[in-house]
Amino acid sequence: MGLVLLVVIWLITFISAYFFIAKTWWLPVGASAAAAGIDHHFGTTYLLMGFVFVAAQVLLGLFAWQYRDRGSAGKPALYSHGNNTLEITWTVLTAVLFIGLNFMSSSIWASERFRPAVSNAVQVEVTGMQFAWYFRYPGPDGKFGATKPELQDPSAGSEGAIGLDTTDPASKDDVVAGVMYVPVNREIEVILRAEDVIHSFFIPAMRFKQDAVPGIAIHMHFTPITTGDYEVACSQLCGLGHYKMHGILRVVSQKDFDEWLAAREAEKQ
Amino acid sequence: MATGELAAHGAHAHAAPTSWIRKYVFSLDHKVIGIQYFFLALTAVFVGMFLSLLMRIHLIWPGVSLPIFGEIQPATYLSLLTMHGTIMVFFVLTTAPQGGFGNYFLPIQIGAPDMAFPVLNMLSFWVTALAFGVMIAAFFVVGGAPLHGWTGYPPLSALQAAGPGEGLGADLWITSIALFCIGALMSALNFITTTLDMRTKGMTLMRMPLTCWAWFITAILGLLAFGVLLSAGILLLLDRNAGTSFYIPLVTINGQLAGHKGGSPLLWQHLFWFFGHPEVYIAILPAMGLCSQLLSVFSRKPIFGYKAMVYALLSIGFLGFMVWGHHMFMSGMSPYTAFAFSVMTMAIGVPSAIKTFNWLSTIWKGRIRFASPMLFALGFVSLFVSGGISGPFLAQPVLDIQLHDTYFVIGHFHLIMGVASIFGMFAATYYWFPKMFGRMMSEGMARWHFLITLIGTYAIFMPMHYLGMAGHLRRYSQLTELNYLHPLVGVQTFMTYAAFVTIGGQFIFLFNLFWSMKFGKRASDNPWEATTLEWITATPPPHDNFGGHIPVVFNGPYEYSVPGAPRDFVMQTDPPLVLKAH
Repeated sequence: MGLVLLVVIWLITFISAYFFIAKTWWLPVGASAAAAGIDHHFGTTYLLMGFVFVAAQVLLGLFAWQYRDRGSAGKPALYSHGNNTLEITWTVLTAVLFIGLNFMSSSIWASERFRPAVSNAVQVEVTGMQFAWYFRYPGPDGKFGATKPELQDPSAGSEGAIGLDTTDPASKDDVVAGVMYVPVNREIEVILRAEDVIHSFFIPAMRFKQDAVPGIAIHMHFTPITTGDYEVACSQLCGLGHYKMHGILRVVSQKDFDEWLAAREAEKQ
Repeated sequence: MATGELAAHGAHAHAAPTSWIRKYVFSLDHKVIGIQYFFLALTAVFVGMFLSLLMRIHLIWPGVSLPIFGEIQPATYLSLLTMHGTIMVFFVLTTAPQGGFGNYFLPIQIGAPDMAFPVLNMLSFWVTALAFGVMIAAFFVVGGAPLHGWTGYPPLSALQAAGPGEGLGADLWITSIALFCIGALMSALNFITTTLDMRTKGMTLMRMPLTCWAWFITAILGLLAFGVLLSAGILLLLDRNAGTSFYIPLVTINGQLAGHKGGSPLLWQHLFWFFGHPEVYIAILPAMGLCSQLLSVFSRKPIFGYKAMVYALLSIGFLGFMVWGHHMFMSGMSPYTAFAFSVMTMAIGVPSAIKTFNWLSTIWKGRIRFASPMLFALGFVSLFVSGGISGPFLAQPVLDIQLHDTYFVIGHFHLIMGVASIFGMFAATYYWFPKMFGRMMSEGMARWHFLITLIGTYAIFMPMHYLGMAGHLRRYSQLTELNYLHPLVGVQTFMTYAAFVTIGGQFIFLFNLFWSMKFGKRASDNPWEATTLEWITATPPPHDNFGGHIPVVFNGPYEYSVPGAPRDFVMQTDPPLVLKAH
């Protein structure tokens, strides 16, 4: 049975490790400024943890087989209650490894979340509701108009859905869209809101995820560096249609973005 | 002190009951209550497993019409995952290791005639059983079971209009959890008092088997955690039914004002995870204690680093209360707080690693006997490592950005909290069955059960990590809407087939369990040649555990292969060891 265990544990280990090493399934291709740093740290963690995984499983299988009860021919078991030097060594080593990893990644976290968006960032307000995302741009005045919960009417779509108060002068030039247009290589400030329950705004290619919580406006930022269409998903269970609450992030050149926004403004007039 | 202990023994002794109802239904005997908990958890685990099978079927064959159930709708899928998670976490992972095996063996292993408070013990079980009934009832009310997931985040869980199942079903769900908390609190008090007050003469804390340490620390965690969840649940019930707004801000559901304002959805998350993270350790600590024990017994070697193991258990328990925020990195909580929680979470990996090193060192240079409990204990170590190494990914908020709420998380916690804990329960069943039922379980069937379960669970849960890295989100009832999910459907299909095989393998266990009760080989008093007190008494143990005599302990719990000893194990009650080396 010792040999069976060795074979089974080693096979499980090597097959599992193979798919990680071969990258058969892997992180989606990154398209934001932060992606490279995050992926690099993912790689570092993955190498270290992969080593621990393989080493521990290989030893487990090996010991199970090597130290099986060989009947009267075998050596008696070692009578030992432990070894304090070893205990201290591996405690210190794992503490340094684990907490060190954490501090290595802290600067990326700080630049993602501690720092507010730069002052010339492109502002987009993202509103989640069962089961759609709406994207609002403040228009030339740079100000978002007021919204009111009692005006929210999802069946009306866009402006009506987010409850835009059209009597507020600041709301006159607000553009509400069902697709998130952003210019490439510009920092995007995302202001996340939710109307009903908690949603979560997830753009895998941008390494961006943040819950949208009713009652709070959460300010976040990211910088897309490659043009193209990217899928947006809801990653927090929000009800019956959770699985189909998705959207599109369309990263375009600054010129295309300006033209798109101008066209939407023109439609409003 | 000795007189005090003896007095305590006298005060807790009670006469053996004579009527059938007091003997088997409303029993005060911790052994009967332990078996009652065991069968409650066994029922729950098969219900929970069946729900997961329905989920897996729906994921890859969404349109298929099943006999009796018909076609599984998206709403039903969400109810299934909610109920699967809740039933497994509360009524299996919390119930069997502590309520079941802890109840049965803690008093015996410390040399006590019963738990400290037998009536409280009986009440804990019956309140827990009632909670299970209320939980199951949620399936049968109008609107069905809730769809808000086992974490029940408001406002989704707080507003009836938020989705199907959020009516009476959700009220029953919360009521059941609140009842469960009451049962768990009573049980925790009992375990703590029993461990502190009822140890027999010579059973010092540092001579307790690691199983007892684990049950003791688990009980302390339970006492601190379930009280908070109970309060959180009551507030949620008030929000739903009494018009309060603890968790609900000003929201509209489908354009209609919900009539609440000013509450904080994050408050629930803090309260829930203040319970929820220690709960992970409530599920796994008993398995850690037991597997430490078994690796020593079946390697015929003392446990490597007994004190380090005790300190590791204590520090896991202590740190376990400071890491709940790692479930909330993406919740809108302050990113500075997230960093602090992240450091604490990485720190809790250290005692977990210490335990793994000690387990490997325990079997190193042993004489391993591959009896069924040992197979599951070795499987536990493998699963604990595999589930553990994905922890440092999720503990770093930078990596959690991509992995949060994906299948990576599902793979992580199923391996470590689910399957590793369940391997602990299987190991416990195979190990203690002879003592509980007087017969041995079939080793042949146990080996097949072990191999199918080990390979099967890896086949189900390891691929989830790949899915998670690719961004596959959890709690998606259909995989058709997001384009990037399409290439991953093949992996889901593989996992469903693996689930069929693994679940099939569990019927070998079920058959072995009941078959062996009647036809198993008769067990001797100490079939595994182990040292702890449950093996000095009769099989099955008499009503007062030791047949009128009180054991006196002279030795530590793991004295195997002592040089110069007449046999390769020294019972805790054997004459004190005088070692030349010392």
